[in-house]
Amino acid sequence: MNNTTEPTGGPASVAAVEDARLASKEDSLSQGRLVWRRFVHHPPAMISAVVLAIVVVVAVTSIGVFGIPGWWPYDYTTTSVSDNGGAPSSTHWFGQEDIGRDYFALVMRGTQVSLVVAFLVGISGTVLGTLLGAIAGYYRGWVDAVIMRIADVFFVIPLLLIAAIVAKTASGAIGSPWFLGIMLGVVSWAGLARLVRAQVLSLREREYVEAAKAMGASGWRIILRHLIPNCIGTVLVNATLAIAAAVLLETSLSFLGFGVKPPQSSLGLLIDQYQNSFTTRPWLFWWPGLMILLIALSVNFIGDGLRDAFDPRQGGRVKKRNLVAAALLGVKPVEVPTSAAPTTGRAGNRERAGQAASGTESPTRDKNEEER
Amino acid sequence: MKPNSRNVRGEVVLDIKDLRVAFASGDDAKLAVNGLDLTVRAGEVVALVGESGSGKSVTSLATMGLLPPNAIVSGSVEVTGHQVIGLAPERMRRLRATEIAMVFQEPMTALNPVLTVEKQLIESLETHNIAFGADARGRAVSLLERVGIPDAAKRIKQYPHQFSGGQRQRIVIAMALTCEPKVIIADEPTTALDVTVQAEVLDLLRELKDETGVGILLITHNMGVVADMADRVSVMFMGDLVEEGSAQEILYRAKHPYTQQLLAAVPRLTDIALTHDDASGRLAAESAGASLGREVVLSARDVAIDYKVRAGAFRAAEGVSFDVAAGETTALVGESGSGKSTVAKAVLGLLPTAEGELRVQGKDLARLRGKEAKAARRRIGVVFQDPAASLDPRFPIGECIMEPMVIHKVGTKAERVARARELLDAVKLPADVLNRFPHELSGGQKQRVGIARALVLDPAVLIADEPTSALDVSVQATVLAMLKEIQADFGFACLFVSHDLAVVDQLADHVVVMRRGHVVEQGPTESVLHFPREDYTKELLAAAPVPDPDAQKVRREARHALLRGA
Repeated sequence: MNNTTEPTGGPASVAAVEDARLASKEDSLSQGRLVWRRFVHHPPAMISAVVLAIVVVVAVTSIGVFGIPGWWPYDYTTTSVSDNGGAPSSTHWFGQEDIGRDYFALVMRGTQVSLVVAFLVGISGTVLGTLLGAIAGYYRGWVDAVIMRIADVFFVIPLLLIAAIVAKTASGAIGSPWFLGIMLGVVSWAGLARLVRAQVLSLREREYVEAAKAMGASGWRIILRHLIPNCIGTVLVNATLAIAAAVLLETSLSFLGFGVKPPQSSLGLLIDQYQNSFTTRPWLFWWPGLMILLIALSVNFIGDGLRDAFDPRQGGRVKKRNLVAAALLGVKPVEVPTSAAPTTGRAGNRERAGQAASGTESPTRDKNEEER
Repeated sequence: MKPNSRNVRGEVVLDIKDLRVAFASGDDAKLAVNGLDLTVRAGEVVALVGESGSGKSVTSLATMGLLPPNAIVSGSVEVTGHQVIGLAPERMRRLRATEIAMVFQEPMTALNPVLTVEKQLIESLETHNIAFGADARGRAVSLLERVGIPDAAKRIKQYPHQFSGGQRQRIVIAMALTCEPKVIIADEPTTALDVTVQAEVLDLLRELKDETGVGILLITHNMGVVADMADRVSVMFMGDLVEEGSAQEILYRAKHPYTQQLLAAVPRLTDIALTHDDASGRLAAESAGASLGREVVLSARDVAIDYKVRAGAFRAAEGVSFDVAAGETTALVGESGSGKSTVAKAVLGLLPTAEGELRVQGKDLARLRGKEAKAARRRIGVVFQDPAASLDPRFPIGECIMEPMVIHKVGTKAERVARARELLDAVKLPADVLNRFPHELSGGQKQRVGIARALVLDPAVLIADEPTSALDVSVQATVLAMLKEIQADFGFACLFVSHDLAVVDQLADHVVVMRRGHVVEQGPTESVLHFPREDYTKELLAAAPVPDPDAQKVRREARHALLRGA
């Protein structure tokens, strides 16, 4: 875009230039579209999204769901004689376990259950945390105090302890992945609620919120239409991280025997059941481990991509293309005239660009830590 | 330690030649400064003037070597003979403070709140190996005394928050002076300050320049400050240098149409009886201002407003009374902390009144609940100060404008859209803006959308809280003209909150001057602003700089006389 105006080009004013620029603009993108655009240009996030999509599709279609059969010939409950000591083969891709059940079917069933648990935790925890955080931040006073003290209680009691107690009292229901997912979500909202509350505390002082109040908008309208949509970055990034954490949490709970119970299956339960086979039939341990790794990593990378998309302030390095474009505008960067450093021959501002770009790494990482 | 080398007057200390700066953005580059030439000599003030997007701040950053990493620079910037463009960071660091220093706009953010003033003043002396320990402290104390901080030896141990805004800016100036630089870049040094404080800080800068012979590059958008300070002026527009010359040449005989238009857009406040008491003139003005048959829409009677603080309540306003009639504009003026915005918030019902009565069409908003309150709010429109913050970034413009109608369930979807189009037309924005988003609009355009939103329900009262103080002069002129035009069409009563007396003079029928929560003086604009009764009003009027070097000199002397008298 060339913004130069001829010095002799007649009267011009900032207002006129701005209006002309507005009239000449063609495409109009919402904030959501802009974020999406940046997200699809984030290679790790896009690769992860594809990997996650493949995992979900394979897990769902191979053995089917809700009684609809899939394309995989074996069932995860039927036992048979294991061929070849149960090692992976062209008929049993992931091998067979000790009583001859097909391990691919078992792992896919475990993946389904683990994904259901993880997404339930992510969704229920996110909805609860966002709503409670926004209410606490908007109304402040005693509402805030009550919600935040409850959050503190959930913070200080270890999740494993809560899970263990619930497992003892509700012995039948705990085995169901749906119950486990919702229960973990209900106890893990506190972190997000704090983040959302902090953001709402600053957003509520914005003039558009005051304007809405002055118009006579109700508290609910302000929370749902103005505050929560403007927290969506924090909420989405946190939801993905919560899902990744939930995969691991479900694994550890099931491993300890507090989570999903047989005859249901989950990735954590598979690892628990076959931990003794590690030396004799290591694939019984590796396959569910690999699936856990794939899911947790890809969800985490998607979260990173979302964060970068919502917060585009990082980056900003001068590329060769920029230099070419700048040269067309008459800007030809000068060489460093006298430099003690052995970087002579490089353009001064380019050199600074490189240093500053590497410097931007650390704040990103700090932010990363903070949000976890 | 360097001896206190006096600067040679007339020696070129800053020489910018054909400076071009572009910023990388995507695959493209956007030009911010397009071939700027500028020189600053020792002992002179050169003003770099322009509106937003003109490239004036980018120029100051380029000169200090503080450009962001995505900047592409060419050309030459010599600071006392040292080439700055392309200079290695370590060598640039050594030039800063000793050769070139900077005074920033916002003193609160330019000072580190967790360090004492002493540590911040000594820092640059020690990093540049000029003085250490007791020697450095002695220098720091004398610098503080020099910039007019009373009781400097004691106060140097204090933290920035213990000083007032004007004193903080004085400290920032002292920091810039620690290593006796040859050039000071002052980037909007008084924009964040009240007018009376601004006048004092400008006085200080003028004295320092005369005393030390430092060259000052003054970056500002305020033509009054230019007239008050500058020897020479360079005007920038959209990255181009459009005109340069002496202050007299530019301010009296501008050649370039842009400069002419810019100067024409500056609201001027002239013909003020500052030094003599013109009773007959005041009487004439008062009788002219009084009119019969006013329909009072908004009335305040002895209003007091409290802020809750930890130790009980802080009274932010007391004994405030005024009337606003339909079709009229009443302005609340005052400096920061005067309580003018507090009163506006109370009128909006965002703050309760502690005493007195505040009625909009006969109803006290803060005492209404539920449906009644909602119905009363329909009759009030509001325009806020910061256009960037007053529109929800996630709402398309159309939804922003229609929101009051949605809240009050007025009309069908089609009717709402039609009304929004009608208002966009009234504020002179194209109808397709309906589907655009706030981030695509400039500040002035956003403020126009804010006005359209305030008017969508045809309010009886419009409250405008500093609606133009965040805008450029030329944009401000168009917004003010539009506001006046729309008021004539719609006939609402307007409560206009502002610190800018010239703007108030242009727009308001009545003025209420406030100070520390109390009304100092009120009456018709013509009488209060041109034949002021109270000393405080006179001081405010004298402190506001006008874009006319000769008139400004007269006014400056009048102000000094006034302060001596008080």
